[in-house]
Amino acid sequence: MRRYILRRLGFALVSLFLLSVTIFFFVRVTGDPAVLLTEPGASQADLDAIRQQFGLDQPLWVQYGSFLAHLLRGDFGQSFYYRTDVLELYLSRLPASLLLAAVAMAFSLVIGLPTGIVAAVRVNGWWDSAGKIFALLGLSMPSFWVGLLMILFFSVYLGWLPSSGSGTPLHVLMPAFALGWYFAAAHMRLTRSSMLEVLGSEYVKLARLKGLPEALVIAKHAFKNALIPVLTLAGINLVLMVNVAVVVETVFAWPGVGRLLYEGIAFRDFPVVQATVLLGGVMIVTVNLVVDVLYAMIDPRIRYE
Amino acid sequence: MTGSRAAGLTLAWRFAAFRSEGFPLLPTLILLTLALVAIFANAIAPYNPEVGVLGERFRPPAWQAGGSAEHVLGTDHLGRDVLSRLIFGARVSMVVGFTAVIVAGLLGTVLGILSGYLGGWVDQVIMRITDTWLALPALTFAIFLAAIVGPSEMNIVIILAAVYWTRYARVIRGEVLSLKERDFVRLAIVAGCAKRTIMRRHILPNVLNSAIVLATLMLGVVIVTEASLSFLGVGVPPPKPAWGLMLADGKKGLMAGYWWLTVLPGCCIVLMVLAANLLGDWLRVKLDPQLRQL
Repeated sequence: MRRYILRRLGFALVSLFLLSVTIFFFVRVTGDPAVLLTEPGASQADLDAIRQQFGLDQPLWVQYGSFLAHLLRGDFGQSFYYRTDVLELYLSRLPASLLLAAVAMAFSLVIGLPTGIVAAVRVNGWWDSAGKIFALLGLSMPSFWVGLLMILFFSVYLGWLPSSGSGTPLHVLMPAFALGWYFAAAHMRLTRSSMLEVLGSEYVKLARLKGLPEALVIAKHAFKNALIPVLTLAGINLVLMVNVAVVVETVFAWPGVGRLLYEGIAFRDFPVVQATVLLGGVMIVTVNLVVDVLYAMIDPRIRYE
Repeated sequence: MTGSRAAGLTLAWRFAAFRSEGFPLLPTLILLTLALVAIFANAIAPYNPEVGVLGERFRPPAWQAGGSAEHVLGTDHLGRDVLSRLIFGARVSMVVGFTAVIVAGLLGTVLGILSGYLGGWVDQVIMRITDTWLALPALTFAIFLAAIVGPSEMNIVIILAAVYWTRYARVIRGEVLSLKERDFVRLAIVAGCAKRTIMRRHILPNVLNSAIVLATLMLGVVIVTEASLSFLGVGVPPPKPAWGLMLADGKKGLMAGYWWLTVLPGCCIVLMVLAANLLGDWLRVKLDPQLRQL
């Protein structure tokens, strides 16, 4: 077990290393980093000062070393626009993103689980076909368009919900639904296939032979076991939601990290863009590591692969 | 005479066979129509998509009160004809979508074959990069790259290819690993073929099916990503008529209830993505039984 965890940890560290190299590489190679790291419209003197400060005249590996050293100290630079530490800025936006992701996750599970179960229980039936169409639409309709349509319907025509901003519980409903929409389809598909697998298993057959009512078989024996892979995916998706909400947060002016990324682009605030992408990557690598280790703890077969 | 007739019959028979196997006729027709619209945009579009008349801003579609037959689908905030912009938008989506899918496919297939066949440190390097890049959310990664290189159609294609080649590489490598152990490859090695020859003549033709299936499935993903980037202002630069850009512009008239600026471009995106997904699903089952569980 310890060996397995160490190996996984090693992979995660390699991933983080490659992530930092990727970010570093693209910034240095695709253009003049001095232009990216200074405010728009900076003078030649400012550019030279930045080159000096970041050691852009030094060899690449020296530059990478100091880049990494800054990151490890939690120093992601200063935001040009907000004039504050980028990490602080990011952390101040994180709670809003987590709230949005949590509500979006609730939506996606409330929609995805029941439809997935019904589709599996009535496989190849009418419900299953309807579920397939729903899953296809979920994957084909961009979340931000869903958001725009909701604004049109619920804010402009009906006047029920606020179209943008935050503050009241009503504000979170539309962005969360738009964000959860795509994931609902993914959760439905996994619930369906996971349920189908469990329903074909020996212990479900036994439960039926015992004469248990079908509803009890599905609820107690099948669903509980089918839930494991779905919850794992949901855990990973929760972290993913925080990081893919850029467009939805922009549509609804929701003050999360996605909106921060958008502002970073709009104001040409490069340190903010860089930090948001890096921290998002760190989050995802970490959650993948946690899931791997938890799985190995539950299922010993994985450790000896 | 007879020859051409027989050929015609064979074609008809093939078509019938396709139909009976659930050939997705409608999605194919949609994609073909969009392709034709994209090619002949100049001839079909009633107006210049980039020039508007400010006196004719926010005209609703013809069937609504205040609309006129001059602008069948209305006009936007600069008085540009929406129908013309949608037609030219098909060209942008088609060109960016197909080019990006093909460039990413070439890159991913070549690296996947190298990784799978050569093994060793080449495999380690390519797969570790693939893992890391797959871990980054595609959209965030694309935004990051777009923020560095700046918006242009050419850059969008490069960015999308840089982000999505990993998907091909992962799958193709897996296939190569099993192909490598097959008898015809072993025989080629015994016969003294060079590694390059084996990869090109024996491995590549056998992974092409998977690459084509993946490319079709990726088309939808790539188009949505392009639309998202354009919507955020880091994709296709204005005043080019890209559907994602039209949605961003449409937001300006949303609160006033100018629904056509939001509903219509979105419908075009969904139509194209849906068609690509349906066709991809069918191809997957048809061409590549191994990918069925994907």
